[in-house]
Amino acid sequence: MNPIRKKRLYLIGLMLGGLGLATFLALKAFDDNLMFFFPPSDVVAGKAPKDHPFRVGGLVKVGSVERDGTHVEFDLTDNAETIRVAYDGILPDLFREGQGIVATGTLAGPRRVVASEVLAKHDENYMPPDVAKTLKTAHAEGIKGMREAAR
Amino acid sequence: MGIKRFFHQMGSPQYFYRVAGLWIPWLLGASLLLLVIGWVDGLVYAPTDYQQGDSYRIMFIHVPAAWMSMFIYMVMAFSGLLSLVWRVKMGEVIAVSCAPIGASFTLLALATGSLWGKPMWGTWWVWDARLTSELILFFLYLGVIALYGAIEDRRVGARAVAILALVGVVNIPIIHYSVEWWNTLHQPATITKLGKPSIVPSMLIPLLIGALAFKLFFFATVLMRARNELLERDRNTRWVKNLLEAEAK
Repeated sequence: MNPIRKKRLYLIGLMLGGLGLATFLALKAFDDNLMFFFPPSDVVAGKAPKDHPFRVGGLVKVGSVERDGTHVEFDLTDNAETIRVAYDGILPDLFREGQGIVATGTLAGPRRVVASEVLAKHDENYMPPDVAKTLKTAHAEGIKGMREAAR
Repeated sequence: MGIKRFFHQMGSPQYFYRVAGLWIPWLLGASLLLLVIGWVDGLVYAPTDYQQGDSYRIMFIHVPAAWMSMFIYMVMAFSGLLSLVWRVKMGEVIAVSCAPIGASFTLLALATGSLWGKPMWGTWWVWDARLTSELILFFLYLGVIALYGAIEDRRVGARAVAILALVGVVNIPIIHYSVEWWNTLHQPATITKLGKPSIVPSMLIPLLIGALAFKLFFFATVLMRARNELLERDRNTRWVKNLLEAEAK
């Protein structure tokens, strides 16, 4: 390669390297701000803001949903800590037990959030209902088999 | 040797103009055929999803469009690099021709994502890392278009655009990894994650066919735009004048 082109290539490489580093440091510094929601563990640990609304995300605990008209209360967990979420309004179609959700709300106690909005997350798995059902039974049978083998 | 000679020849505007003109109908035809197969398979024959029912079918447009938005950006930045370092004129032409097509695919990805988000998530838009970085990609494309339009001299403009395009490359890994680095409302990657894609083949196949169709469509349209750009740039040269005289006969 002739020297002028080489020099240009180096300069561009240097520019991109510097830019990449600067971006990395900036993103690193704002890491917490780039998180869309707090997991329940952070809320329990007191990391969530106490005086203004924030978002909390996790899984809706199976069997914890209590409905009374449009008022709904449920447990939200990240499998480490659990908090109670209260909400008044219409839930998205994908809201169901065991499903991931993100709620916007304020703290009303150490483990209680009053939400003004509930959004449903969906996962990255795509399959027809019968496959999902087969997987679920296979999983349950697998666990049963393992328990029996351990006995 | 053959491939090197091919690229050398494609660097000549006259040769490029002629060869691109021969390719475009084939690319467009193949793209249309694949698009029909992919969409009919995806929208009619693919099974419904266990969680999302039929709503997930918008992904047969959304996902290829989002892939294209990043792919085209990389093509644009690479062409820009060729034009900056090696002063390849065709690099400039390809880079500036990419921008409006990339912007369209980005807008399509954002719009279909929004239409998907409302029934599934319960909102049209949130400022999470994935959505925001994709919006920034859209603005980068608009920036490239505006910058090129604002500078009178096409060669100077193309050089400025190439630098802007290269600067914006930092955004591409951010878009891709945003769903892993931070928690977002958008779900993580299905196809490109480590291990097996978590999508059944009957849904994956129409998705990949559609993605290929989008890719061929991009190649066809970028060649069309590049041919136009070449004619405008070289309007006072011998080969364009010869071409016009030949067309007039």
